[in-house]
Amino acid sequence: MTSAETTERDFLAINDLSIGFRGRAGTMVPVLRNISLTVQKGESIGLVGESGSGKSTLALAMMGYLKTGLKVIEGSASFDGIEMFTQARKSLETIRGGRLALIPQNSGQSLTPTLRIGAQIAEALRLHSSLPETAHSARVTELLSQVRLPDPSTISERYPHELSGGQQQRVAIAMALAGEPEALLLDEPTTGLDVTTQAHILELLRDLARETGMAMVYVSHDLGAIARVCDRVIVMYAGEVVLEGSAKQVLRDPGHPYARGLLASIPQLKDTHLPRALDGRPPAPGQVGNGCAFVDRCVIATENCSAARPELTQGPSGAKTRCHHAERVNEIPLIGHREVSQRNLPETISLNLDDLAISYARPNLFEKLTGRENQATATVDAITIALRKGETLGLVGESGSGKSTILKSLAGLLPPLHGSVDVADGTPLPARVEDRSASQLRQIQMIFQNPDESLNPRQTIAQILAQPLKLYFGLSGEALNERSAQLLEQVRLGAHYLDRLPSQLSGGEKQRVAVARAFAAEPDLVLCDEITSALDVSVQAAVLELLDDLRRENDTSYVFVSHDLAVVRVLSDRVAVLYQGRLCEIGPTKDVYGETSHPYTEVLLGAVLEPDPDFSPTLSANDAVELSPPKAGCPFQRRCPKRIGDVCDTVIPPRRDFADGHTIWCHREDF
Amino acid sequence: MTVTTSYRRPGRLARFGTLISDIVARPSGAIGLTLVLGHLLLAFIGPFIVPYDFTEMNSGLMLSKPSAAHWLGADHLGRDTLTRTLLGGREAILVTGIATPLAVLWGGLVGIFFGLAGGRVDEVLMRVVDAFLSLPWILKMLVLIVTFGTGIEVLIPTLAFFYGIPVIRIARAATHDVVARDFVQAARARGHSRGTIIRRELLPNVRDALLVEGAMRWSWMLLAFSSLSFLGFGVSPPTPDWGLMIADARGFMSFSPLGVLAPMVGLSSLIIGINLTADALAKALGIDRAQKAPV
Repeated sequence: MTSAETTERDFLAINDLSIGFRGRAGTMVPVLRNISLTVQKGESIGLVGESGSGKSTLALAMMGYLKTGLKVIEGSASFDGIEMFTQARKSLETIRGGRLALIPQNSGQSLTPTLRIGAQIAEALRLHSSLPETAHSARVTELLSQVRLPDPSTISERYPHELSGGQQQRVAIAMALAGEPEALLLDEPTTGLDVTTQAHILELLRDLARETGMAMVYVSHDLGAIARVCDRVIVMYAGEVVLEGSAKQVLRDPGHPYARGLLASIPQLKDTHLPRALDGRPPAPGQVGNGCAFVDRCVIATENCSAARPELTQGPSGAKTRCHHAERVNEIPLIGHREVSQRNLPETISLNLDDLAISYARPNLFEKLTGRENQATATVDAITIALRKGETLGLVGESGSGKSTILKSLAGLLPPLHGSVDVADGTPLPARVEDRSASQLRQIQMIFQNPDESLNPRQTIAQILAQPLKLYFGLSGEALNERSAQLLEQVRLGAHYLDRLPSQLSGGEKQRVAVARAFAAEPDLVLCDEITSALDVSVQAAVLELLDDLRRENDTSYVFVSHDLAVVRVLSDRVAVLYQGRLCEIGPTKDVYGETSHPYTEVLLGAVLEPDPDFSPTLSANDAVELSPPKAGCPFQRRCPKRIGDVCDTVIPPRRDFADGHTIWCHREDF
Repeated sequence: MTVTTSYRRPGRLARFGTLISDIVARPSGAIGLTLVLGHLLLAFIGPFIVPYDFTEMNSGLMLSKPSAAHWLGADHLGRDTLTRTLLGGREAILVTGIATPLAVLWGGLVGIFFGLAGGRVDEVLMRVVDAFLSLPWILKMLVLIVTFGTGIEVLIPTLAFFYGIPVIRIARAATHDVVARDFVQAARARGHSRGTIIRRELLPNVRDALLVEGAMRWSWMLLAFSSLSFLGFGVSPPTPDWGLMIADARGFMSFSPLGVLAPMVGLSSLIIGINLTADALAKALGIDRAQKAPV
């Protein structure tokens, strides 16, 4: 800060703030430790860190809000000179939501389901603006168009559930803008949204910050999103600030070992290496020793690091870093470590999907009687893919593209409408799981998105692993224990995990157990349904590495579903791009991610963010969400930036074959 | 990976110990559990510690005030109120103590069946359950009791039957919650049999909800039993019972308020104790009763 600015009062200021909860022993356990930071008017800062790093707690503390059980140990938080923690509740209420607004992570859930959008925004106006009632409806329309919602008057008549996730997020932003805030706190506002939607929301936030001169505090674990909207970035670890600097300083050449590890663990489109996992897990609150909090996971740590806690000092790059060895951090590489080489796969087919169609809609009695059973447009249609033995097929697309539906159908949980699935020797695979033989069941295993949901909270790890081992191999006693321990070793967990419950494991460890359970069946094919999306990036890298190791060891095929194009690129031999349950493009990974692509693939690739402040995404199509596929023609007709004309609406696009089995379904001829 | 020290899962007994200490850690749990255990203890040792015979009538003491010999005075027949109050919960605790597990068992099993069956079957049967619940409970019970008599052998199955019906709802809702979760889908995809899925995946997760529900049902059942006694359909005289004592003493409330107050305190302290324990149990098990409110 220069001397000219210090005369002006800091707009948002946190001063030596420590927040904690009272532990079982009666002492205060800190979750935030001695945080000091300032935000000026019109500035946007990013708070980054893994889950549990205290970034959301810090953002809420800026509003003078503490989650139940948390208390201020020392320090203060002020907003425009007002001390937030000593204010009376009444005066806080006028500031919160008015001059200082929060946009939560899942705004769909923060909207009232029984109120029309317009009424909800008017409510915010009534509380936080001085406009007369008569001017409210005009202001609502104005706010809705400010957040770039098409046709504001129609939207304001809708209920929250009638909007898509991206639209709901825009409404939440409009509500926050109702009080004409001077500062906006955003808690993971784009997490859980599709890539294209996320990119559009971020552009909107950038524009709004510029138009209104608001200060923004953007909390996220996603360095790509942070890079797009923030001038200054603060990296948090175990409740303290470990690195603080301009977006360029922090993201180009991070001056702290943790920040470097975090950056290296992000899969990036331009880097085909397997991202580097950050080993270990952050210390739990109260578990930090006298030294540096990161010492256990740091590759350049010395004895000194566990003895003394480093101070936040100016590092070589100009950013402030909390490290004893700031001059040595560039020993830690930023790029991934293992090239996922082009593998030579046999021509043996492991699974053959022929013209698969799946529908959630069940024909009712009337439709059955009148013979109109098959008239409804199927959710997933015309999927023909041959999967080779040992191959990894990536399925990408936005939510609603039918990728998980296909997996469920392959797992036998959702019978297809028509079409067939054949296994290796050409025998058809029964549609329902109940009709499959023991060996067919064993050959196909599925790993679910969220290990908290897919592992029974009441079973120990031993009981969880015993399920497939007993069912498929009839193991018991010592043999069962031995095999379970061996499986845990395979997923880089020790045998001492056997007696634990899932709740005693971290997110990454739980997902490893889920992977071990799938591999217990010695399967030929593993269906992976967004299996890294619920995990922190550093943990995601470790799981990706594990999957790569396991397929080398066991020659397993994967069908890998993800909405994250960079993640899919890392593992896949071939990629299929789906839109509204229809194939747009399929081919070898390098070709699909290459120059010649379907317009939809281009849209998706353009929206992928890079953790680089100078990178800007190319947004070529709107982010409108379609709820059902069109009745005829190309599935992507309504959003396609390269539409030709009527032919797109009426005729199903022809397949165009390129080299190496690269196929695109599109009417265009200029590829 | 950080090196994690070896861990052994504590045995069943140790886990039960942890649960109890979790309950007692909350003030409400500590108070509740003390009240409940105190009442249970009293039910066992009551006959050996009471100062008088509960049937012993003394015409000189009719509706007498508290004295050194009779701390809470005597009732309209000259029987010692303290003695009768201390013994007044035994019958109620015995009957409801047997009927509650029966209610949870049958209601739980039927509820799980409905939850698993789903679809049309579940819809239709649940409407029957709703219809049943909409009738005033006292009416339904009186019909059975008037038909079959008022002995324990009638009261226990009657209470167990009617109080099992709300348990159906809870068990069904808990089953619905669990069935939709991915670990059940994972077990289905692996090809496990229905029985294994119910036994291994479902029951351990529904059990906790049923445990808390059982504790709640117990307090409701005590209240119902006492009400029946009050109306003269429960315990027959001269057996001391709180409900009956209140009914007998209420006519003389202005002369001898303790005759009503003493059994009231007895009954309410037990019911409050059970409620507090159930709350603490729910919190210790991680089930929020506020979110899974019955009926």
